Amino acid sequence: MISLNNITRIFNKGKENEVKALQDVSLTINDGEFVIIIGVNGSGKSTLLNIIQGAELPNSGTIKINGTDVTKLPEYKRSRWVARVFQNPNNGTAPDLTILDNFRLAALRSQSKKLIVGLNAAFKQKVQDTIAQLGMGLENKINRPMGSLSGGQRQALTLLMSVMDEGDILLMDEPTAALDPKSSQVVLGLADTLNKEHGKTTVLITHNLKDAHQYGSRLVQIHEGKIMRDLSSAEKNKLSLQDMMLLFM
Amino acid sequence: MSQFYLTALQLSLCLGPMAMGIFITMKVFNIPDITTDGSYTLGATVTAILLTQHWPVMLTLPVCVLAGALAGVCTGLIHTKLKIDALLAGILVMTGLYSINLIILGRSNVPLINIPTVFSYLSFFSNDIYNELFISCIIIFILVVVLNYILKTDFGIAMRATGNNPAMTKALGINNDRMKITGLAIANSFTALSGFLVAQYQNFSDINMGIGIVITGLGTVLIADALRIWFNVSKIGTQLLLVLVGSLIFQLVLAFTLSLGIDPNLLKLVTALFVLGIVALPRMSSQLKRG
Repeated sequence: MISLNNITRIFNKGKENEVKALQDVSLTINDGEFVIIIGVNGSGKSTLLNIIQGAELPNSGTIKINGTDVTKLPEYKRSRWVARVFQNPNNGTAPDLTILDNFRLAALRSQSKKLIVGLNAAFKQKVQDTIAQLGMGLENKINRPMGSLSGGQRQALTLLMSVMDEGDILLMDEPTAALDPKSSQVVLGLADTLNKEHGKTTVLITHNLKDAHQYGSRLVQIHEGKIMRDLSSAEKNKLSLQDMMLLFM
Repeated sequence: MSQFYLTALQLSLCLGPMAMGIFITMKVFNIPDITTDGSYTLGATVTAILLTQHWPVMLTLPVCVLAGALAGVCTGLIHTKLKIDALLAGILVMTGLYSINLIILGRSNVPLINIPTVFSYLSFFSNDIYNELFISCIIIFILVVVLNYILKTDFGIAMRATGNNPAMTKALGINNDRMKITGLAIANSFTALSGFLVAQYQNFSDINMGIGIVITGLGTVLIADALRIWFNVSKIGTQLLLVLVGSLIFQLVLAFTLSLGIDPNLLKLVTALFVLGIVALPRMSSQLKRG
């Protein structure tokens, strides 16, 4: 469970170019929820995700994950709870390392990286089996450098990497922004399956009308740093595609 | 004639650890670490002072390695805690080390004559040159095995990823600061080891011997990288061997230019032009392909 209490985040406080990215935002996300976050550019969506991730620290307010106060915890220490898929497909993977190496690191996300060789045949098999789910044929290329793959492939792999280790929360910031329709479908379909079958708490920022309509058990709309709308599953399911579009406007 | 080339071979082995150190910093930091000029000399000065004080070689070695590691830690701390640019951090430590090295040496040059060295320690061959080569090979072999292992471990993969994508490593629970500091410590300990070897090979330690050595390391790593691309090498162990090959090629080219009778004073200029060539050639050839 993620609980944000009175979070305020101000960029360039006191200066001419001051921006109030989040103003006194309080939000509780329960285990297993699939929250869709929408909002116009600059509304504070990414900042909200960054605060949960630890990439940014709030000016005031607290954030708790599973009861633990993580407000002051640096990003790398929150990885035992939180996995992230970045907006830029290139940010989630190391291009000069092989696919296998990348997956090895992902499998250790919540653990310490020791001076032992963990890349054995059993692990290799596990990675191949996991990647085969995508149906992209990538399981035969695990010794290739990550950089040789397309953006869509890297993004799909980033999502798969997030399940290689224990983790309660999956944060996705416009993960399909740079992807073609087919790859987008694979990535989001996978996230949906993870949420439904494994109960992973998922937070998805999207600008895509159809995706916002199709996925998710809750809809949160952010505007000018504040939560404007918070629709429960029942309320969200009542919305037609047309209704959804009006929300986006 | 062959004397030049045997010397080149020997030097390439002695400078091998330094090149491996640059290799590490390029993985962890994405730039060659300038501290190298300082930590290389540091290895040599510590060696000189301890050996002339009649310390056993086997005790001098770990002290050298530790000194190099310390230099790397300083650069790492300056870069990560004070948020100073990696290049500048390296330059600052290198500059500071110049004075420290001078104090350690006591003067600008310390000869190592009639003193037991790592090369006189063991006598496998009667011929001095072959003996030195053999001992150097053993040392390098051990280093390659150790470094290859480290880079294949979970820790090693994390270290390699840190320079490649720090945003990703942070999200994967890796403490980037600690990783950089450790990487720099390991790299500079290797570099100091080169200083240890070269000082005993040439039988003196000189305050200026480190100046520009980072360019030699950079050139070596670039040659190794070109070979890596050419032969499509993916295994990290093979890449380390290519670094040694690069070191040999580098020294052979320099030996060749010397054998042509070029004024030895021009050696650094030749080195710079050679490295310039290695860097520029792939770029110019890809431009030609386009145009």
